[in-house]
Amino acid sequence: MTTLDAAPWDLVIVGGGNAALCAAIEAAEAGMRPLILEAAPKPYRGGNSRHTRNFRCMHHGPLSVLTGSYEEEEYFDDLLRVTKGETDEGLARMTIRRSEECLPWMEAHGVAFQPSLSGTLSLSRTNAFFLGGGKALVNAFYNTAEDLGVTTVYEAEVTQVHVDGDRFEGVTAKVGGAEIRIEGRGLILASGGFQADLDWLARAWGPSARNFLIRGTPYNRGVPLKQMLDKGADSVGDPTQCHAVAIDGRAAKFDGGIVTRLDCVPFSVVVNRDGDRFYDEGEDVWPKRYAIWGRLVAAQPEQVAYSIIDAKSLELFMPSVYPPERADTLEGLAQKLGLPGNKLRETVDAFNAACREGDFHPTELDGLSTEGLTPPKTNWARPITEPPFYGYSLRPGVTFTYLGLKVDETARVSGPDARFANIWAAGEIMAGSILGQGYLAGFGMTIGTVFGRIAGQEAAAHV
Amino acid sequence: MYDQPPTLTATEEARRQVEICNACRYCEGYCAVFPSAFGQRAFADGDITQLASLCHNCRGCYYACQYTEPHEFALNLPAALAEVRVESWERFAWPSGFARLFQRSGVALSLALVIGIAVLFWALTALAPASGEGFYAYLSHSAMVAIFAPAFLLPLAAIAIGLRRYWAEVGGARVRWPHLKAALVDAAQLRNLSGGAAKGCNFEKGDRYSQGRRHAHQAVFWGFLLCFAATSSGTVLHYVFDRPAPYGFFSLPKLLGLPGGILLVLGSMLLIRLKLKADASLGAPSVWGGEVAFVALLGLTGLTGLALYAATGTALVAPLLALHLGTVLAFFLTTPYSKMVHGFYRMASLVRDAQRKDA
Repeated sequence: MTTLDAAPWDLVIVGGGNAALCAAIEAAEAGMRPLILEAAPKPYRGGNSRHTRNFRCMHHGPLSVLTGSYEEEEYFDDLLRVTKGETDEGLARMTIRRSEECLPWMEAHGVAFQPSLSGTLSLSRTNAFFLGGGKALVNAFYNTAEDLGVTTVYEAEVTQVHVDGDRFEGVTAKVGGAEIRIEGRGLILASGGFQADLDWLARAWGPSARNFLIRGTPYNRGVPLKQMLDKGADSVGDPTQCHAVAIDGRAAKFDGGIVTRLDCVPFSVVVNRDGDRFYDEGEDVWPKRYAIWGRLVAAQPEQVAYSIIDAKSLELFMPSVYPPERADTLEGLAQKLGLPGNKLRETVDAFNAACREGDFHPTELDGLSTEGLTPPKTNWARPITEPPFYGYSLRPGVTFTYLGLKVDETARVSGPDARFANIWAAGEIMAGSILGQGYLAGFGMTIGTVFGRIAGQEAAAHV
Repeated sequence: MYDQPPTLTATEEARRQVEICNACRYCEGYCAVFPSAFGQRAFADGDITQLASLCHNCRGCYYACQYTEPHEFALNLPAALAEVRVESWERFAWPSGFARLFQRSGVALSLALVIGIAVLFWALTALAPASGEGFYAYLSHSAMVAIFAPAFLLPLAAIAIGLRRYWAEVGGARVRWPHLKAALVDAAQLRNLSGGAAKGCNFEKGDRYSQGRRHAHQAVFWGFLLCFAATSSGTVLHYVFDRPAPYGFFSLPKLLGLPGGILLVLGSMLLIRLKLKADASLGAPSVWGGEVAFVALLGLTGLTGLALYAATGTALVAPLLALHLGTVLAFFLTTPYSKMVHGFYRMASLVRDAQRKDA
């Protein structure tokens, strides 16, 4: 480690996920000698990229594993729908257009793709799935980067970013227990959001955020982001908001990843700690609704909810990693879940009484709605009557935060007066420019790949 | 925990892991294990046995997994399934004690080799024929048949018993030609070591893909089949065409056996080299020694055969004949209990998987 601070590096890259690696590979291929400072130890390298599984890609016809075509207008419309207009159209359209050339680039740099996973056929046209998931992609990129001579230091936590006027000079990082200053001619920030810093999350969102689970890496604590904001970098994205989905309440505090998702909500009644329903469980198909349930559960007492199903629904959704609580009576189930038994019985009875006859279709909006119930359940409303009964607890699982650095289309970070001379940003740390609200499956990886590559190319051209 | 038979613990651990995989599914494209698992929600012991035999230990899923240690889920599916394989093959073997011995102990396998060679030296001395040509000058054809016919047929019977037990446990249906054909194509291409869209497996180079193991295994596999075909062609020539050995260079036994022997030797050496470089903790460490010894034994059958051919006409023929035939004898007799048996169970699992896809 003694050589780290010996001479200025061509390029210091903070972060070790997809965006950082794309930047490092581009820069190294342009002849630079980049240094990657990854806060995580090697087994946990890759930030949230290690939990991802696909990449949303524009294409004019079948491309690699992608079927059909997915044109710019449709892609942009999909983005507008989820962000409700909270996007920078210029940056967004550029990202979408550039995504097409990224897929072959990824393949050429070691990433393997697989056809859409079982249970995700709806994404086979729009999203290219990584064979083995995001960690396999991260491994492939690290190997490619290593072959190109990129230096990576793990467990290197950047604590300070040193800027003089509009110029980056170096970072201070904790490496192997010592704080050292590492100089560089350019800086690429690809260190993600701040969602793993629960204090920051609680200050931004409110104290209830301490009950949230963090679905991804515990290493995205937002230190470089805060350093830059303190130095007057322009910010984008709502500083109070995070993207949270409803996940299994028994998941670990960090890094539960994909397996903690629960797809049972549309076939269930969901009650809060007091045994009351609070939202239409059947509003839409789950892939379009799981994201709003994070906020719904966050608004309930103690940020917890319980999804109750009966025997006839158990196999209608993807298996869960934690088996549900199970009992032959609703009272017994309530006891196991720590819910008021009489109240749960009352809520379910009222729901059952509001169900009507009709055809049930688990895979489409079947219009099987309750009558005279508040809130209603507008699809898949079948009475909960057939024992055994099953219950899952739900908690908000934070995926990422929206606050980030403002960048232009060259990934250059905006400073107090003008752009910084030699600082670029890519990935979650700048995604708020394009994704100001909501989420579009696979779009985080698209932003990371497109801007990571641009940042690497631009840095190579300008430092 | 400890008063359970070990079978259950390996199966239980694999089941715990497969259930986590079933909630993730990122590895679906690597091999047949995942699509086979993801059609189910609950896994009976027989299901785990079937998945274990389908797993070719390519390790792609291990390096791709976000839940390996130090994550609390501590997934290591290649190792978990390898343990299930070891235990299930011991359970199916008849008699099962031999499998425990020869799967796990390289020393036992080496001892079997020494005994095999000793038996042949004894046979060469005690049963020396009055006359004969070629090898038959040292050991008569009838003596060879007396030794090798049972040494070939008895293990086959034992394997048949094991396969019947396997088939019952995994709930196999009646085997039809399309299933068999699909399994043969898979096996011939080693499709489950292809890595899906990736290039090969993650065996000897950590998380980097390599075709090394697939190619080495192909060399051993086809080399073995060529050698087997060489011996079979000799049998046919002897009994059908009344043309007993020795055979010249331009004869089927030699034209098949020579390249077969070379492939077998090179492939075995390469497989051992890869195994030495690979991380033993992603397989079943308890059988590591037995597996290496088995590959060495396989390579030795080829090497002694080639040496014997090279020594034609010299004084070395007698000792080399004893070495080669002794090696072959040890190889045949331990087949139902050594790593060799994996080929039979893998074939059975591929047939079963073809039935699943068909259903």
